[in-house]
Amino acid sequence: MTVQQMTVQPMNAVDSTMWFEVCALGALGREEGVAALLPDGTQVAVFRTHDDRVFALANLDPFSGAAVLARGIVGDLGGTPVVASPMHKQHFDLRTGACVEDGTVAVPTYPVRVSGGTISLGRT
Amino acid sequence: MARTLVVVGNGMVGHRLVQAVRDRDTDGGWQVVVFAEEPRPAYDRVALTSYVDGWDPLGLQLDGAEFTDDPGVELVLGDAVASIDRAARTVTTAAGRTQPYDALALATGSAPFVPPVPGRDLPGCHVYRTIDDLDAIRASAERARAGTGRGAALVIGGGLLGLEAAKALRDMGLSPHVVELAPRLMPLQVDEGGGALLKRLIEDLDVTVHPGTSTGAIEPDRGRLLATLGNGTELDVDLVVFSAGIRPRDQLARDAGLPVGERGGILVDEACRTADPHVYAIGECANLDGRVYGLVAPGYSMAEVVADRLLGGTATFPGADMSTKLKLMGVDVASFGDAHAATEGALEVVVNDAVKGTYKKLVVSDDAKTLLGGVLVGDAADYALLRPLVGRPLPGDPGALLAPAGGGGGGVGVDALPDEAQVCSCNAVTKGAIRAAVHEQGCDDVPKLKSCTRAGASCGSCVPMLKQLLSSFGVEQSKAVCEHFTQSRAELYEIVRVTGITTFSDLIERHGTGGRGCDVCKPVAASILASLGNGHILTDGQAGLQDTNDRFLANIQRNGTYSVVPRIPGGEITPEKLLVLAQVALDFGLYTKITGGQRIDLFGATVDQLPVIWKRLVDAGFESGHAYGKSLRTVKSCVGETWCRYGVQDSVGLAVELELRYRGLRSPHKLKSGVSGCARECAEARGKDFGVIATDNGWNLYVGGNGGTMPRHADLLVSEVDKETLLRVIDRFLMFYIRTADRLQRTSAWLDAMEGGLDHLRDVVVHDSLGIAAELEAQMAEHVRGYADEWAGVLADPEKLARFTSFVNAPGAPDPTIAFREERGQRVPVLLGTPEVISR
Ligand SMILES: Cc1cc2nc3c(=O)[nH]c(=O)nc-3n(C[C@H](O)[C@H](O)[C@H](O)COP(=O)(O)OP(=O)(O)OC[C@H]3O[C@@H](n4cnc5c(N)ncnc54)[C@H](O)[C@@H]3O)c2cc1C
Repeated sequence: MTVQQMTVQPMNAVDSTMWFEVCALGALGREEGVAALLPDGTQVAVFRTHDDRVFALANLDPFSGAAVLARGIVGDLGGTPVVASPMHKQHFDLRTGACVEDGTVAVPTYPVRVSGGTISLGRT
Repeated sequence: MARTLVVVGNGMVGHRLVQAVRDRDTDGGWQVVVFAEEPRPAYDRVALTSYVDGWDPLGLQLDGAEFTDDPGVELVLGDAVASIDRAARTVTTAAGRTQPYDALALATGSAPFVPPVPGRDLPGCHVYRTIDDLDAIRASAERARAGTGRGAALVIGGGLLGLEAAKALRDMGLSPHVVELAPRLMPLQVDEGGGALLKRLIEDLDVTVHPGTSTGAIEPDRGRLLATLGNGTELDVDLVVFSAGIRPRDQLARDAGLPVGERGGILVDEACRTADPHVYAIGECANLDGRVYGLVAPGYSMAEVVADRLLGGTATFPGADMSTKLKLMGVDVASFGDAHAATEGALEVVVNDAVKGTYKKLVVSDDAKTLLGGVLVGDAADYALLRPLVGRPLPGDPGALLAPAGGGGGGVGVDALPDEAQVCSCNAVTKGAIRAAVHEQGCDDVPKLKSCTRAGASCGSCVPMLKQLLSSFGVEQSKAVCEHFTQSRAELYEIVRVTGITTFSDLIERHGTGGRGCDVCKPVAASILASLGNGHILTDGQAGLQDTNDRFLANIQRNGTYSVVPRIPGGEITPEKLLVLAQVALDFGLYTKITGGQRIDLFGATVDQLPVIWKRLVDAGFESGHAYGKSLRTVKSCVGETWCRYGVQDSVGLAVELELRYRGLRSPHKLKSGVSGCARECAEARGKDFGVIATDNGWNLYVGGNGGTMPRHADLLVSEVDKETLLRVIDRFLMFYIRTADRLQRTSAWLDAMEGGLDHLRDVVVHDSLGIAAELEAQMAEHVRGYADEWAGVLADPEKLARFTSFVNAPGAPDPTIAFREERGQRVPVLLGTPEVISR
């Protein structure tokens, strides 16, 4: 199967970030997540918080090895926006990817941009 | 060579002795032979009255009473010891067996005292001591029921046992009368003021009390009995129960020449030894320091003393606590210490609240500094705190101790108790022992304390105190669901139910602590909203609250794929439907396995495959099995009378009906059920949250069973009921559980933590003591009416379907991390190994 609907837009030449449109903001409910596939096969979990901020973390749960973080519950712990892994419930800071329960663990984060109602992910 | 211990009597105390010896005699120094007059292994006589709730003798049986796997114990049932030959050191039984002994323990208990009332031997006259007695009373009661109108019964004696008997008779559908010679009920435990209130409260419950009079005569009267009281009152009754006190059963000892007390009871020293060093006497048949103890706890202490002595120890009887606390027909009564202020110079402090229906009295020393005893009627919540303070300095003003402050103990806290204070008098557990269990064994809740120390495991009256102790020892007992809500799950449920809130955002905004919620409170709220019927669980605003399993209506597996479990009600499935499952599994390459709940689990489906698979299943007549939900899973069944030559009822039919009735019911945790068609119990119903076992006359309902890490046999809730009653009780039980349980608390843990335990549960769901039964039933009716298949709901709604994509920007693209290999002819996941995690 091929990856459809994927447009590659090098929109910002200054910092040489490559932006990939993934979906309309409206396709992602508030306090929910979806998975997106980058052209190199990387899976990204994209989350939208209640205040319409959008965050992107690696989809791969470092504890279970399954690509599932996008299916976790979005919320907050002590004011920090987090997603809980649906496997074993570790929490990851949506802003930094840091695991709340284990300071030595973090998942990669990705730059996100929302413009014209479309969410794009960045790759440097 | 092992020596022989012969135990005469297999009552509560005799059984405790055998257990204590077997627990400690690790070298097998003693071979034990037990002779029991009764035909069944030891049972819980203290709980005898609850036999009426189920007429199930096994329900009363004490733990480990059969000794079937213990070669060190021979239990001889239904053969009483008839004589003792102390010179030869043998006993001879009624059946003629002669058994030598090295040590003999008499634990013959006591017999009801029947005053010489003319007519006392007439058919319909009973005593109240054994299971057989209750069976006989039941037979008389049934004869009465067969007649016209409501039957009546006379209980002679208004003490503790008489009131228990009255309760049992009332539960059998008779109108009880209680005659008491003394001017008040429970004269031994309660003083005049308490007795007056007790009479009022008991009479509110349809029991007529005749204090200060005796029974003159009983005569046969047109198939019934006519009792004439000393005050001239004539009562037409169907049966009479004598409970005018007990007498120690010491005849065997008398015949053997052992000394007995003036008013009976085999004389023993502080080691519980009789005049013959080879013979001990324990329990209600023993007379120690001129006293015969009619309670089980002193008997247990005696059993422990003898076990210790037999194994070379030097234990002595520690003295007994004659405190009593009971709930009679829902009325609390407690007395402890010097309840009657018999101590020289003792002062009484009384708070008598006629409006609230409570009476509380403390007895204190002449300088008002030391607590000596007390009486509590109507509300005995303070008992657990006050009783251990007996003989100790009062932590405050006696009046303040009785002040109606919440939380028990009025002004006192558990902190005031010294470490030696006994918290659980049934099992002699001190505050110090609880402290050790908390700090050294890591017990952090009541069920753990119960299994670690046995505190609260018998009558349960100290459970509220255990909770207070836990928090006093610094164990966080917060019921708060999480940081976003200070409320417990049950409280949130009530809030949602009462306010009619239908969204999580409203709930957290109005009742939360600030913040957005998390993976703990969101699923709790989602479950509550679903229990209260708020449409499909993936409707707007609810989908994001659901755990991944509910969100994708499937069970996530270790590689991120899901398993699919269609409902197969009662485990009954046609060959045609089996073919459908097989074809779907083949077409999608799914691994198949039969589940413990008698259905078929299909593993390895990716998110985007789920709707395609379910379309096939729904078209073929399947529906969601809710294997993913905290909701009813399965109702397992045996094949029942349709096929099985032992079956006595249609267990499959009932299982299917139950499964269809309760399917989709969201609850604090998953619910499992089973129906067995006969007592062989092939469906393992007693390992389920609610299990049903067929009898010749109807259905027995058991609740609170569990397998898993904390196995628990379910308790009998009602027995031999017809199907309509059965459904009604299950409806109420489930809804009460949904209302009051904690998050992720199975029915077993819920029942264990319930104050008042099974009795309270039965009061609520069978006798409707809270007056909520109609509401609970209506709620269940609403659930049954509103049920709709969740998967059909997804397939019919493009918006919901849109959630089932692997990648939002590449729907249909397979997840590259998922791979399979073959094992035993099927596909299983290839585990990629845990990827390296980034260290910061
Ligand atoms: C309805 C009821 C409610 C009660 N409630 C409470 C309560 O709330 N709290 C409390 O502390 N206590 C209560 N009790 C009292 C408690 O049950 C007794 O204290 C306890 O059972 C005493 O145990 P035991 O082993 O000494 O006697 P039992 O339990 O009476 O056992 C004696 C056994 O010995 C058998 N036996 C007698 N003679 C022979 C023989 N020659 N050969 C072989 N076997 C023989 C008898 O058949 C009997 O089975 C209650 C009792 C009743 C009946």
